[in-house]
This record gives sequence, structure tokens and C-alpha cells, in this order.
Amino acid sequence: MSEPLLIMRGIYKYFPGVKALQNVDFTLRAGEIHALMGENGAGKSTLIKVLTGVYPRDAGEVLMEGTPIAPASPLEAQKAKISTVYQEVNLCPNLSVAENIFIGREPKKAGRIDWKTVNRRAEELVRQLDLPIDVTKTLDSYAVAVQQMVAIARAVNVDAKVLILDEPTSSLDENETQRLFAVVRRLKERGMGVVFVSHFLDQIYELCDRVTVLRNGELVGEYEIGKLPRMELISKMIGKELGNIQSVNAGGAPQAGEILLEAEGVSAFGRIQNLNLTLHRGEVVGFAGLLGSGRTEAAELLFGLARPEQGALKLEGKPVRFSSPLEAMRHKIAFCPEDRKVQGIIGDLTVRENIILGLQAKKGAWSHIPIKEQERIADEYIRMLQIKVSSPEQLIRNLSGGNQQKAIIARWLVTEPDLLILDEPTRGIDIGTKAEIQKMIVQLAREKNMSIVFISSEIDEMIRTCTRLVVLRDRKKVAELTGGEINSDRVMAAIAGGV
Amino acid sequence: MNKFRKLISSHLFLPLFALGLLLIFNAFATPGFFHIQFQNGQLFGRIIDILNRASVLVILSLGMTFVIATGGIDISQGSVIAISGAVCCSLIGGAGDGTARMPLVLACLIAVTVCMLCGVWNGFLVSTLKIQPMVATLILMTAGRGIAMLITAGQNVPVYYTPFTYIGNTIPGSPLPTTIYLAIGMVLLVVLVQKKTSVGLFIQTVGINSKAAHGSGLNVNSIVFLVYIFSGICAGIAGLMDASMIAAADPNNAGLNMELDAILAVALGGTLLSGGKYYISGSIIGAITIQTLTTTLYALGVSSEQLPVCKALVVILICLLQSDKVKRLLEQRSYRKAVDQA
Amino acid sequence: MSWIRKNILGSRYFSFGITVTLFLLLYAVGMANYRGFLKPQVFCNLFIDNAALIVATIGITFVLLIGGIDISIGSVVALTCMTIAQLLDKTNLSAVTVTVLALAMGVLFGLLQGWLIAEFNMQPFIVTLAGQFFARGLTAIISRDTIDIVNPAYTAVASARIYLAPKAFVSVGAVIALIALVIAALVLKYTRFGRNIYALGGSEGSAALMGLPTRRTKILTYMVSGFCSALAGVIYSLIMLSGYPLHAVGMEMDAIASSVIGGTLMSGGVAFLPGTLFGVLIQGIIQTFITFQGTLSAWWTRIIIALLLCLFIVMQTLIVRSRRRIHAEN
Repeated sequence: MSEPLLIMRGIYKYFPGVKALQNVDFTLRAGEIHALMGENGAGKSTLIKVLTGVYPRDAGEVLMEGTPIAPASPLEAQKAKISTVYQEVNLCPNLSVAENIFIGREPKKAGRIDWKTVNRRAEELVRQLDLPIDVTKTLDSYAVAVQQMVAIARAVNVDAKVLILDEPTSSLDENETQRLFAVVRRLKERGMGVVFVSHFLDQIYELCDRVTVLRNGELVGEYEIGKLPRMELISKMIGKELGNIQSVNAGGAPQAGEILLEAEGVSAFGRIQNLNLTLHRGEVVGFAGLLGSGRTEAAELLFGLARPEQGALKLEGKPVRFSSPLEAMRHKIAFCPEDRKVQGIIGDLTVRENIILGLQAKKGAWSHIPIKEQERIADEYIRMLQIKVSSPEQLIRNLSGGNQQKAIIARWLVTEPDLLILDEPTRGIDIGTKAEIQKMIVQLAREKNMSIVFISSEIDEMIRTCTRLVVLRDRKKVAELTGGEINSDRVMAAIAGGV
Repeated sequence: MNKFRKLISSHLFLPLFALGLLLIFNAFATPGFFHIQFQNGQLFGRIIDILNRASVLVILSLGMTFVIATGGIDISQGSVIAISGAVCCSLIGGAGDGTARMPLVLACLIAVTVCMLCGVWNGFLVSTLKIQPMVATLILMTAGRGIAMLITAGQNVPVYYTPFTYIGNTIPGSPLPTTIYLAIGMVLLVVLVQKKTSVGLFIQTVGINSKAAHGSGLNVNSIVFLVYIFSGICAGIAGLMDASMIAAADPNNAGLNMELDAILAVALGGTLLSGGKYYISGSIIGAITIQTLTTTLYALGVSSEQLPVCKALVVILICLLQSDKVKRLLEQRSYRKAVDQA
Repeated sequence: MSWIRKNILGSRYFSFGITVTLFLLLYAVGMANYRGFLKPQVFCNLFIDNAALIVATIGITFVLLIGGIDISIGSVVALTCMTIAQLLDKTNLSAVTVTVLALAMGVLFGLLQGWLIAEFNMQPFIVTLAGQFFARGLTAIISRDTIDIVNPAYTAVASARIYLAPKAFVSVGAVIALIALVIAALVLKYTRFGRNIYALGGSEGSAALMGLPTRRTKILTYMVSGFCSALAGVIYSLIMLSGYPLHAVGMEMDAIASSVIGGTLMSGGVAFLPGTLFGVLIQGIIQTFITFQGTLSAWWTRIIIALLLCLFIVMQTLIVRSRRRIHAEN
């Protein structure tokens, strides 16, 4: 570790009505992996966008190896040796791997692109990153994890001095994450400065050297990871004591009532094999497992987003087949999907319209819910879930991530389901709202006798809220834990295998 | 100052502003522009003419608005207009003695039904086969006139049956042309459906995020089908009006490029071509504005071939004003002021 | 079976293969049914008659690649013809000068459209629609009647025959079209500009974040389209030897159809120029059938082309869907 590679000093950034960044400093040294943390709305992504030229800054200075820079576009940032790998891998799916690495700077021979050299050098690069792939195939032939590596290969090829990784592990499983970490460590040894933006505490403690914490657009501080206990880090991020979070499940896990839904030998190719599951009223069942283990796929089979090829579903003892989400909804099942931006919110519609959408879909187009009734429902649920809006007529896309998620959950609660499936409801949300949602889940099971399926990648959340934990691996159910068996070690062991 | 900004950013501002400019211009340039006479139980005047011609475009725009709202487009409307005229006129027949081979109402119903089937075809391609709307409707656009010519055996089919002309002109005894009644009727139908059903909400939802729409229990395929069927029906009705105005079926020229005018009217009215929120009132005013522009230019002596040049300039101007960049320029100016004052 | 799926259906050139096969099939049907088809001149005539469309299709393919559209092509062709006719008629400029001016006008037109689209983020459909209105109207303003081209240099070039074989000749226009095709293919494959077009069509957001000059690429692409429209206009004027406001009505739709039949995806990012050539040739062959048949009326062309278009689009959709499934399974 040496002199600072990158210095950002006194950065200010305004948007209409919002002070996104106020007097923020950020320092990155060569050969260090530096985490950038903060809750939603803290200013992390704005700071990154200022650095990479997507937004112009309103005040402050940025020094790269001592020289002031002011990148006004991603191209200029690239020229200043700053490269970014985004969460949604920003490469071109229709071009080959080699081309994605070299596009914009393809080596030329006699005035035309030298494809032989392009392919040869691309092969060398991916081999360096331990990636045995065919560089002449199109990028969309490969999984997201591979695509991310290609994005890193591009960054390395550009001779970047600063590499920004924006939530790189959100779509990766454990193996892929470790592979990524190995690559990042190698880059660190080569003297690159890496900015690691992430929500995953464990990963940050495993990989990073220092951390900068932002809150509400202001700098809280810069710390050495080795000298900062987790509790302290979290309290710096949310600015309040940790005690609140622990008290989610104060009353103990909810108790199971009568059987609601049974899945017997349900199988669908490419989704899940031989799923046997019993869901009771009044209980919270967690689906645990690695990315790709089949949790979402199993849930989609219970909701009519996919059809079982073998096996049967029984609702209150009677066999049922759901050929569409609407049918499942008519049987009082609700499903809150994983990616609220893509599958959840209807951005240009108001919060009110988003909330009543599920109920209206259930009733059909011809049974219009009168406006007054819509407003009443919206007000009731906004109050119930404490959704922060200036008015129910506000467009939902102007809400923060956490409030958007609450609105989508409200949409499903309005349909008054017997079974509510929540797929990663707390992903990408600040800790305060996370705790609220977890508390709400337990309450719904206990007070409304709802059956809840809770899918999450954070084991701690599920341990705190679930009555039972179903563990999936490689598209099969491998274990079911109840009561005292629900603890970190047992769950990890079941996920890893050999229970 | 804030109220003024709100006014400007309202989607209705531009089409109304454009219309207003045109009307003011005409008040000075065209003597007797606003003059309406009441003769023989009928209203006459420039304004009536404009509304008469605009009615066809209004009805087309209604259908087009919903299609665009789902993120699609229907460039086959013009060809369907030709089919509508061809079917109806062929059924009525061009008997020189002024009789009809089939009751007028039946012939019209059959024509509109055929056009509805065209809509079903488009809907099938777009929603079931999941083909891109521009490409899917391109097929009917290419084939449509050929089909119309097939029906009329390549000829223009004149109709001498007088009641047929009432559709595009005036029924004796009525103060206003029938076209205006038909347009008002369609608009009322749409307004009724909007208020009393959730079809509008569903269409917008599908246009903004069809994945989320499906996951929330909406039948996306049905909704997409519906809008293309409605577009076909609108083109069918428009085709009847168009053919009635010239008392003949002209498969080559009927409705030529009319879908482009409809798309323009919808875009002028504030609905984004990428889909999502739609503005019926905007489309209607957009259609009337385009027709007023056309009439104004004719009155100024612009020939029918030269007319498109002016239309083009107006279109670009209006879209520029609507563009994000210009809006942001205006916003940034007032925002900078606010920051300095803060 | 899965080998077939992977290596044939999954191959990038599957669509191209289908297009070529269809063309050969149609040609075989023609040869079986009409004596005339056996003459090599019939094959050459395909290029002579459709030279303008080939160039126009090249232009539209560039635009479709970046996910845009250009419906002003036909009107620019007409405007070019009219301008050339007018200039040759009313001024003393040489044929070469006039041609160069016409081409420059096309580039300027494309520049204007591209600038409006790229700078103000306006919808390409609307901008090129306005362009269509503008160009058509301008053509009619120059002259509402036909202007014949009688310039001797021009007519000489128009009637020139370039013999490829004793009984087979092509026109200057056809040669220009083929040269344009080769140059365009080379540009797309071997220049940064060409690769940037593919990148832009694949994902505009990604292209911007990767630092590619998206705005410049967009504007240049529309300039290419404008140039191709003007070049197509030059070739068209060699065929028609006149300027007339109603020339080339609907040519843009024919160009789009040819491009799609040739394997271009309208969503952008995927196109293969040799395929688009065959797309045009298929249109040409159907036209030839109808001429040979004699009894089929003109409107059947439209219906058949539409049916073909439908077939190809459905096929493309199915292929794209199954390819996605193949890749997901890997």
C-alpha cells in the first residue's frame, strides 16, 4: 500500500430537489481493495457516477495520480484509466467475447481490424483469468458470471489503474464469487486500486482492506476493515443502535396451523425435481439455498408462473392446476417477485395504481374498483406498512427502493391471500426497512394466520423469522429444518451437502 | 411561476398551443374562418369542414392510441381502410339505377367485421407469435392493398346508392355531418370504457412493464389482442367514411399514409411511442390540429403535393419542443435560479 | 438431434442458409416451369432491375442494425431523380457534377435526420417520417410533372451494357450496386465504425458505458442511409431516365422487407449483408414470375411478398427463441 492513487475531495452533487452528495471525500490507494458502503440513498452510486463521467460534479476536485481530472463521459473516464464493471453487465450480448473486450480499440493492420490478433489476445486474457471459454462465441452464449469476468478482462485490457466493481456478486453463487475474489486479489497484487461497492457484509470483510461509509449524501468516515467490528460498521451506516434489529422475532417463531398447500412429487424440466412440500397456515417457511438451487423456480411453480410436468398440487386437500398467475390468485395465493424493478413496479403509474393492481386484476377489467375505494385501500396500506410517500398519487418510480418494495408487498396483501410467497423481499434495501419487513412477515403469520414462504439469500434473516426451513440444492429439496435445528451451522451444512 | 411551469409540462399544452396558433392565424388570414351559416337545416362553414375531415383521423387515432400504449404500432390501418371500402362498395354494388344489392347496414357491418378480423390477424401475430408490432403490421400493410384490389378486381368501384353517401357527408335533416356524430360516438364509447372498466389501467400496465403485468395476474395476450382488434374496427369505420366521401372504393389511394397521420396525432397528444401512459384527449386534439393545419395550408394556396413539406416542419418543431433535452434546458434554467437562491 | 439443434439451428448463418435455399428453390421452380428461365440473362436481369433496391436495402440494413428505422428512403430516391433531371435540364452542369451534387444532398439529408435523432433523442420513426414528407413535398415543388433526362452522357451510361458472358450483360447500375454491397460488407466487418454499429444495436446503454461514440455512430449511420438512398436514386434515374414526384413510392417498405427476409433483426444488432442481397433477389424473382406468368395481376406481388415476409418473420422469431433455449441449457 502506497501513496493515494485516486483522491476525491469536497464533492458536491445536486439534483432537482435533492442534495445527493455534500462535501464527500474518497481516497483510494494503489494495491488496495476499498469498500464503499451506505444504505439506499446514501450516495454511493452517485459518487461512482461522478467518478466515471456519467454525471458532472457541481463542486470539488478529483485527482488521479496527482493530476486533476474532470471526466465528462464514460469514454473520458476510461481514458483516465478508470474502469467500471456494473451489476447489470454492460456489454453487448450480440458481439463475441473477444470483440467485447476490444471494442472501441480494436488492433488494426493495414487500415482494417485485425481479427486474428483480436482473438489471440482475447484468448490470452481470459486464460489469465482462469476462464476456459471460446472467445469467438457471442457473449450471450455464456452465463452472467462469465460475462462479468469478460467485463473485468476488458478493464484489465484497457490498463485501468482504478477498477470499480458495482455490486458484482448479486447474481453469482458461492463458487463464482470465490473465483471473482481470486481474480480481484490478483489485480490488487498488480497494483490496481479496486473500489468494491456491495451490500454483503461477509464478502466485504473477506475481501476488502478499507471501507468508506456514506450516509444521506455525506461522508461518515474511512476505516480499516481489520480495526472495525461489524456492529460498529452497521451502526455507522444506519446511524442508530443495532438493538432494534435483533428484536424482530421477540415473540418466538409462529406456530403452524392446518395444512394449506401440498406439493407431491412436483417436477418441471430445468426448474425443480421431485419437490415434496407441505405448507401450513400461520407459519413462515424459508427456502434456503445457493443461487440457482431452484428456490425461485419452485416458488414460481406454486404460483402458476410455470407449470409442473409431473406430480400434483393440492390446495386444502383438493387437486389444483394453475395455468396462469391469475388462476393462482383466484385461489388466494400471492407471489412477490425477486426483481422489483423488472417484475414488480409499474414505474409510470402512481403508488395507488400499483397497490390496487393485483386486486383489480383478480376482479377483472369489467369490475372496476371505484376511485374512492381505490384511494381508501391505498391510504390504508400506506399507513399499515409505513410507506414514505408525499401522496398516493406520486409516481412509484420516484420512491426509494425500500418504499417501492413495501408498495409491491402492499399490492399482494390487498388481495388478502391465504399463501404469500416473498422472493428476496429485502434485497437491495437498507437495514432499517429490512427489519420492518421481517417484523411484518412474522406478524402476518401470527395475526392473520397467513402461510408465508420467505426466500432470501441472507441466512440470518430466515433464521430469525422462519418456523421451518426448506433447503434446496441443485434443483432438489435436500433438507427440511424445524425448531431448534434452525441455526447457521445446520443450514450452511445442509446447503453445502452431507447433512 | 410554478403554475406556469406545470401548465407547460402538461401533455395537453403542446397540441392545444399549436391548435390555438393555427386558429389565431386563420382568424386574421382567412376571412370568414369562424363564420358558420345555418341553411336548410344544416350548418355550413370552414370549421364544420375541418371537423368533418378530422373525424376520420380522430377515429383512427383512437385505435392507434391504445396500440401505441401497449408499446406497439399499427401501420396497416391505411391498407385496412382500403379493404373496408372495397368490401362495402362491392357488397352494395355499383348499379347505375341507384339501388343497392344488399341493405346498407348489413354491408357496413360486414365490412367492419372483416376489418375486425384484420385486427385479429395483427393481434395473433403480435401477442401469440410474439412478433415485433412494426414488422407484424408491415405484413398486412403490404398485403392489404393487394387484398383490396383482389376484392374489387383491380377497379375502383363507384356506388350510386345515395344513402351510402350519408355516412361521409350529411343525412338530410341533420345539422352536422354524420362523420362528426360517428367520431363523437366513438370518443364517448372510449371514455365510457375508461371510466367504467379497468381496461385503460391494464393497457397502460402492459405497455409500461408487461412482465410485471403478467406476474400481477393480467392476461397480457388478451389485452394486446384487444387493442389490435379495436384498431382494426376503427380503421374499418374510418374506411366506410372515407369511401362514402368519394362514393367509391379506391383500393390504391384510400387511406394512403393515413396511419402515419394517426401516429403523428398520437405522438402530438403526448403519448410516447415507446408505450405506457396514453392521453386520449391529446390524440383527439392532435388529430384536429393536424387537420386544421392541412386545411389552413390549402387555404393559403399550398398544393397537395407541397403540403407534406409544411407538415414535416411542423412535426419536427413540435417533437423538438417535446423532447427531453429542451425540457431539461428550461428546467435547468429555473433550477439554477433556485440553487442560487438557496 | 441435439447436434442438429446446436450446430445448425444455433449457427449464426442459419437464417442466411434458409434465405439462400429459398432463392435456389424459387429459381429451380422457375426453371422447371418456364423455358425463359434457363437463359442466363434472366439471372442478370434480377440485378439490373433491382439494382436500386439493393442499394436502398444496404442503407436500411445499416439503420436497422442500430435499432433505428428510416422510412424516408423512397422519397429521397424520388428527390434525387428529380434533382438530377432538373439540373441536367435547366443548367449546363456536367452529368458527373450533377451526380456528385445529388449524392452530397443525400448525405446532408441523412446528416440532418441523424442529428435530430441523436442530439434530441427523437424517435427515428417520426423524424424519418417527417423526412419522407419533406423530401416528397420538395420533389413536387421542384416539378409536378415528369422531367425527362436527355443529357447524352447520362443516357449513354443508362443504356450501357457490361457483358459478363456472350449472352449475359448487366447494367452500370447493377455493377454499382454490387460494388456498394462489397464495400458495405467490408466496412461492417473490418472498420471500427462498422463494429460500433453492431455494438450500438446490441445494447445502446452498454455501448455508451463502454465509451463508444454512440452519438457520432448514430449520425454517421443515418448519413450512410442518406447516401445509399441518393445512390439508389442515381441508379433509379438511370433506369427511369426521368424525374417524377411519384417515383419509388413505398420503396422503403420493400427495402425493409428485403432486409428482414435476409436475416436482419428489426430489434438491432444482427444482420448479414449477403443475406440482404438474397432478400432483394427473392423479391426480384417473384416479380419475374409474375411477369412470365402474364395472367397474374400486379397486386399478387404484394400479397406474395407479404406472405413471404410473414413466413420469414415467424421463422426468425422461432429460431431466436429456440437459440435462447439452447444457450440456456449450456
